[in-house]
Amino acid sequence: MTTPAHFMVLSAMLFAIGAVGVITRRNVIVMFMSVEIMLNAANLAFIAVANYLGNMNGHVVVLLVMTVAAAEAAIGLAVILAMFRNRETVRADEIGLLRY
Amino acid sequence: MAAPHAHEVARAAVETVDFLRWIPAAPLAGSLFLMLFGRRLPRPVVGAVACAAVLGAFALTVTAFLQVAGGAAGTVLHDHIYSWIHLAELDVSASFNLDALSGTMCLVITGVGFLIHVYSTGYMSHDPDHARYFAYLNLFTSAMLVLILADSLPLMFVGWEGVGLCSYLLIGFWYTDPAKASAGKKAFVVNRIGDAAFILGMCVLFWAMADLGRASLVFSDLNTAATKLDSGIVLTAALLLFIGATGKSAQIPLFVWLPDAMAGPTPVSALIHAATMVTAGVYLIARLSGLYVEAPVALNVIAVVGALTAFFAATVGLVQNDIKKVLAYSTVSQLGYMFLACGVGAFGAGIFHVVTHAFFKALLFLGAGSVIHGLHEEQDIRKMGALRSKMPVTWATFVVGTLAIAGVPGLSGFFSKDEILAATFDSGHHVLWAIGLLGAAMTAFYMTRLVVLTFYGEYRGAPEVLEKAHESPASMTLPLVVLAILAAVGGYMGVPHVLGGHNQFGEFLAPVVGHHELHLSHGTELGLMALSIGAALGGILFAWRRYSAGVTPDERFEESRPDLHALLGNAYYVDSTYQHGIADRVVDGSRALWKGVDVGIIDAIANGFASAARMFGDSWRRWSTGNVQHYALTLLIGVVTMIAVVVAGGAR
Repeated sequence: MTTPAHFMVLSAMLFAIGAVGVITRRNVIVMFMSVEIMLNAANLAFIAVANYLGNMNGHVVVLLVMTVAAAEAAIGLAVILAMFRNRETVRADEIGLLRY
Repeated sequence: MAAPHAHEVARAAVETVDFLRWIPAAPLAGSLFLMLFGRRLPRPVVGAVACAAVLGAFALTVTAFLQVAGGAAGTVLHDHIYSWIHLAELDVSASFNLDALSGTMCLVITGVGFLIHVYSTGYMSHDPDHARYFAYLNLFTSAMLVLILADSLPLMFVGWEGVGLCSYLLIGFWYTDPAKASAGKKAFVVNRIGDAAFILGMCVLFWAMADLGRASLVFSDLNTAATKLDSGIVLTAALLLFIGATGKSAQIPLFVWLPDAMAGPTPVSALIHAATMVTAGVYLIARLSGLYVEAPVALNVIAVVGALTAFFAATVGLVQNDIKKVLAYSTVSQLGYMFLACGVGAFGAGIFHVVTHAFFKALLFLGAGSVIHGLHEEQDIRKMGALRSKMPVTWATFVVGTLAIAGVPGLSGFFSKDEILAATFDSGHHVLWAIGLLGAAMTAFYMTRLVVLTFYGEYRGAPEVLEKAHESPASMTLPLVVLAILAAVGGYMGVPHVLGGHNQFGEFLAPVVGHHELHLSHGTELGLMALSIGAALGGILFAWRRYSAGVTPDERFEESRPDLHALLGNAYYVDSTYQHGIADRVVDGSRALWKGVDVGIIDAIANGFASAARMFGDSWRRWSTGNVQHYALTLLIGVVTMIAVVVAGGAR
């Protein structure tokens, strides 16, 4: 029997995996994918709790997050593309213009 | 004796008029006009505007003066312009008063001033800064008239500072020469010392008058209230104001600026540093004569300072070789006589000497300017001589001026100087009288030396200069002639009773400065007069014989007594003593404050804050790596910490 606790634990794990990916992976595209994992971990938690409470509000938020994620992906990929054209790299540690 | 000083004269008849304000306003307007448009106007127009402005003031002064002279004795014209300072207790109005005293001074300032303006059109005709010169000269005339016409100390102080400013501007007129610029600065700084005392004296009087219940700084109130004031306060105020006068009128100990002031154009020396501004101190004392007679100690101080200045400046004048320096020390010396007169209570005699001195000293300075102009800026009398035939008008007028200042009977200086010496003897200051008499003999000596070395004997300069030497244009010689006539006959307005005159000048001034009766027998007075005449003629004849062979007597004197010659030539080293004893110390102190307090403390505090901020910033700037992942990690740690805190707090 799956309880909301299971979903919460899965969501937390996914979120942790995504966060570690954002922090450790040097490739900006992979970091980007990790961000998507974190977003979807949050979505999973929303769905689970909405289902558990029988409330549709969580579904609405998930749809909103997915829309925003799609827009964000479009802009983010465009930024990465522009960055690559200028700097010929997609490694986050090689792009540090705004520093001390 | 000065004791029965009839200052409690009947309250003067005051007539209210509304045109006195235009007397200083005319030259002020001329000055502003020349400052704004002078550069673009042709030279003759600039000179004409400046002269017309002063001539207008002169015409107005004559009108006002005739009204005063024609009215009852003690008539005062009063012009209230507006209420200037209105504080709780103090009420100072900008008002002008023209009475016998200020009317006389105004006549001298505008009359002699006009002649000097005319002379300047010739003297400054080649100067590129012609318009600036006349703007300053007009501004000076205006400030001087405010000084004289003011009916209260604060308004007088406005003029007092104004003439100081113009003096500074005109001494340093050729400001590209550092020596001339610093001479101007010196005059300004030395005057400032006197001005500080002037302000203090004004404050003391205000405070004392407020205690009496009538907080007024109007001269007539001060003069009448002086008897009711505490004698210590009167003495303090009188001495402080006298220190102010020593600054403006170049008396010991503040005379050092006047010889240096000769760096300015010569007509400026004639107008400001001989005829008008430097007599402001004498005017101040005479204006407050009612106050000063209540402070006999202050009067004695004035008499002693005046006599010593008259004597020591004359000794310095004996060995000067710069034609203007001789006249400068002579001016200091003559101003000493004026203060001596005031000090023995003969204020009228002091003002009489102010007037005659204005005539002959302006004449002498303008004559010297004519010589300098004709010789193309040569000022050393050792390089002159035999200029009599080259410059006949200058020579003739200069000789008249010399005889007048020397005190030859019949000329103006004789009457005024003799009145001073007689009054000094009469007051019982026999030592001061003897000093004054010696000074008079030296005056005759150094002035004759100047004339002989300049106009007689053999020419000692470069021959090519002599060839080009010429008499000055009419614009310069005409004022000389007018002044020579005034210097010759100016004394006849004050012929003493013993010579069958009525001393009309003294009678005319008496309602303002009090009567001064001599208590000498006619025999004594005539004897004193004979002694003065003897001193003058002795000085003249001695110098005539000594210098007819040229400058060799001076060279012999320098060889035989180099120490004494240097002592006199350097004016008793007062200048260098001030420089090393005071000025350098002030500079050292300022440097210590600069390096110690300013740089060491104030700057250190400001810079310390700046570098602390920078060090703090340096220690944190490493966090800004530019790597997004570092930021993300920091963010994560922060969020986790916050959640942990919230969760831990919620659990408790």
